[in-house]
Amino acid sequence: MRFAVPIFPGSNCDYDCIHAVEDILGEPVAPVWHHDTDLSSFDAVILPGGFSYGDYLRCGAIARFSPVMAAVKEAAAAGKLVIGICNGFQVLCESGLLPGALMRNNHLKFRCDIQPIRIENNQTPFTCAYENGQVIRIPIAHGEGNYYCDEATLAELKANNQIVFRYAGENPNGSVDDIAGICNKAGNVLGMMPHPERAIFDWMGSDDGKYLFKSMLQYWKENSRAV
Amino acid sequence: MRSEQTVVERVGLEPTPEMIREQKLYREMGLTDAEYDQVCGHLNRLPNWTEVGIYSVMWSEHCSYKNSKPLLKKFPTEGPRVLQGPGEGAGVIDIGDGQAVVFKIESHNHPSAIEPFQGAATGVGGIIRDVFSMGARPVALLNSLRFGDLRNPRVRYLFEQVVAGIAHYGNCIGIPTVGGEVVFDGDSYEGNPLVNAMCVGILNHDELQKGVAIGVGNPVIYVGASTGRDGIHGATFASEELNESSEEKRPAVQVGDPFMEKLLLEACLEMVQKGILIGIQDMGAAGLTCSSAEMAQKGEHGLEMNLDLVPQREEGMTPYEIMLSESQERMLLVVEAGREDEIKAICDKWGLQSAVVGRVTEGNRYRLFHQGKLVADIPVNTLVDDAPVYVREERVPQYYEENAKRRPEEELADIDPLAALTKVMSSVNIGSKRWVYEQYDHMVRTSTAVRPGSDAAVVVIRGTEKGLAMSTDGNGRYVYLDPVQGGRIAVAESARNVVCSGAEPLGITDCLNFGSPEKPEVYWQISKAIDGMAEACRVLETPVVGGNVSLYNETKGNPIYPTPVVGMVGLVQKREHITTQAFKEDGDVILLLGDTYAELGGSELQHVVTGQISGRPPACDLQKELAVQQTVLAAIRSGWVKSAHDVSEGGIAVALAESCICGNRGAAVSLETDLAPVVHLFSESQSRVILSVKADAVADVMKLAEAKGVACRQIGTVTEKEELIIHINGEQVIQQDVAYLSKQWEEAIPCAMKASSTSTN
Repeated sequence: MRFAVPIFPGSNCDYDCIHAVEDILGEPVAPVWHHDTDLSSFDAVILPGGFSYGDYLRCGAIARFSPVMAAVKEAAAAGKLVIGICNGFQVLCESGLLPGALMRNNHLKFRCDIQPIRIENNQTPFTCAYENGQVIRIPIAHGEGNYYCDEATLAELKANNQIVFRYAGENPNGSVDDIAGICNKAGNVLGMMPHPERAIFDWMGSDDGKYLFKSMLQYWKENSRAV
Repeated sequence: MRSEQTVVERVGLEPTPEMIREQKLYREMGLTDAEYDQVCGHLNRLPNWTEVGIYSVMWSEHCSYKNSKPLLKKFPTEGPRVLQGPGEGAGVIDIGDGQAVVFKIESHNHPSAIEPFQGAATGVGGIIRDVFSMGARPVALLNSLRFGDLRNPRVRYLFEQVVAGIAHYGNCIGIPTVGGEVVFDGDSYEGNPLVNAMCVGILNHDELQKGVAIGVGNPVIYVGASTGRDGIHGATFASEELNESSEEKRPAVQVGDPFMEKLLLEACLEMVQKGILIGIQDMGAAGLTCSSAEMAQKGEHGLEMNLDLVPQREEGMTPYEIMLSESQERMLLVVEAGREDEIKAICDKWGLQSAVVGRVTEGNRYRLFHQGKLVADIPVNTLVDDAPVYVREERVPQYYEENAKRRPEEELADIDPLAALTKVMSSVNIGSKRWVYEQYDHMVRTSTAVRPGSDAAVVVIRGTEKGLAMSTDGNGRYVYLDPVQGGRIAVAESARNVVCSGAEPLGITDCLNFGSPEKPEVYWQISKAIDGMAEACRVLETPVVGGNVSLYNETKGNPIYPTPVVGMVGLVQKREHITTQAFKEDGDVILLLGDTYAELGGSELQHVVTGQISGRPPACDLQKELAVQQTVLAAIRSGWVKSAHDVSEGGIAVALAESCICGNRGAAVSLETDLAPVVHLFSESQSRVILSVKADAVADVMKLAEAKGVACRQIGTVTEKEELIIHINGEQVIQQDVAYLSKQWEEAIPCAMKASSTSTN
């Protein structure tokens, strides 16, 4: 399974994601410069966290115009797995691959901590190695993680089972319905504020995030022939 | 002096050289009459406006260390592992396997007092550039902060904005802020907060860079952000006392752009990796002037620059403004002639501008051209090596003599221990710093093994078993009460913190924050504190490989507490040695290493009870300190230690409470002593560590301690019930739920910040 990690100017979790794939899956993974327009040789895309384009204008608002994003959209349309973590989630929302938007945390401060997260849907390619209702501990680190969508969209997210993660315990940013991560209708595009790549070994404080990467590989192995 | 062109007298409406002399205009830039005369002597003529500006920043305390140089010579700066001592962007120490650790701490006090968000942010940006200009990949940030009393709304504003500024820069550039310290002291830092930032990086030996300009004809290349009118004369501003008119110096504060610096960082490291660079230096304090002059001086060459080629943010900038601007995120490079295109290609990839702005020349002339005219022509050595040096008068302050008569241990002996514990745990100095560090991304780069909140942070090195432990420490109260002891303690405590996390101390960087050296009492503080620090560095074998001096930290004539801050880095040999302060398991035995004396001068107990400090601070016996540290490290490496916590502010009582809180455990402790219970529990005697060990390892640790001559007492056990129970001489003096203590401790700072909404005045 070949992973691509697009790098925008200002991305800073790019190599954390690359290392997580190497360390947990041992599968090939490559950085892809934001000018590149071809992702056809990859099976999955990880949009990393950071401050793409300095978060100028609005988080993710400039990155969505980056040449590589056209290729990410193609990959998503082709059913390949696309995950956006933190700033990557913001880019996915800005580019319309996921509904809603991420606003400033309601307490107006950046927040970094290891946060309890509940698995709300383990029927996605990203969560099939978890149990439904399982609470896992994953770091968050963001100033703009306050997920917002209107009521109609929220109803739709619920109806389609697109809410994948909720914050368990205190909501760290004021997001609607405690949402920590959502997927698209087809289930192959996931956006999440928590950083699974920061929780892959015990010494990091938690290794609960490694099962997300294992889920992706498991799903791909079971489905790649069919795609 | 012979050259084809003579130096212009003035540009535009600038004052002429004669006007500068007659009206003593150089004084506004911080030059004294005697220094101005020296400049005239060096040039053999009257300097023009640009030249006076250049001399004034190069000879400011910030760049020249003119008041501290003779004292700094007392520091040990060499050691078998030191690859680069003071003098370059940052110090470098070998950590084996062809790798080295690079680190430095620097102050941004004055800018932060005036414009706290940008002042703190650019302090972080500057120290990061110092580290990557050495060729190193920055892997961690720390800081050391001092503020006044949080009951003052202006102080709350400064605290909130400084933390936000540090967070803004570090989070965006993607370097984890893994540790630091914050102290609040109304008597001292009210109008002059301290903001010291430290950066730690890693490099491969063969990638070590230097800030030199060599090879006649080689191009001098400017990379990064454009030069604007921000931060002009920042280095001079940093070398003055703050006063009512300081607010007017807001334009001397720079504005930071961490996104730009992230691009600059990646581009420079790509150049390093490709081996293109001959010399590289950050444009930090005194901007283009300092970087170019120091590179020429270190390379023993001359240098010429055409200022028309410098990328500029605004039109109509004068040579004076271009040279003295402290615009951020800029780097100066020297490369081999013919390789300019390789630099340009890398800069283009990262969307950075670059420009060849000058050449390395033969001889020692530092010459600047602007619109075809020669606007400065200076012997470069006179800017750097020939900067004036002052040895000031020192005098023992009266307060020091008076304090000899005070006996705080007697004054405080009757306080109830439990009431004292509650009070101390809820003090903002002892209380949890979560409010601060949860605003810092401390996990990016996925290498943080010990997060903020333990004695020292630990960052692991990918692909190896090694880790780097790091800590910042300083106690202005101790140094104020006795600078020699306080200086020793600053080094000893930071080393102890690093040892408690399982690392061997390697070396230090220091930030010397003091008042005006022109006051004999302050100069005495500086001189004696350095004596104490130097002594400790020698005994603990932790050389000083770099640092920064920040003088003139005063408001309305009152100096701050003398506050040398030590940034210590240690090497963890194996990941399994990494140790934290949290109690781990019920039934583990608690051991206390070291001796407790009646030492409450400058303690947190004294401060929370009386609102003041007096007496003598704890004494630090360096041989004893070394023995304790060696014992702890050997015990950790033998695999016997479950938790280790340095006993410092708040004494044994606070150390035990913190280990309980962090581990969600309780402790049952019995102590024997001749001292009053409260004195024994809150004494801040040095060279003490609390360990918890498996029951079957107690005998081994005892034996080890005995062999090292270290007192080791079995004082209790870790309990499942989350309660801290302390008996003294058989009598119970403390029984408290850990949950209650935890709440006091966790809410100390949030409560103080909620006192009312923050305002700017």
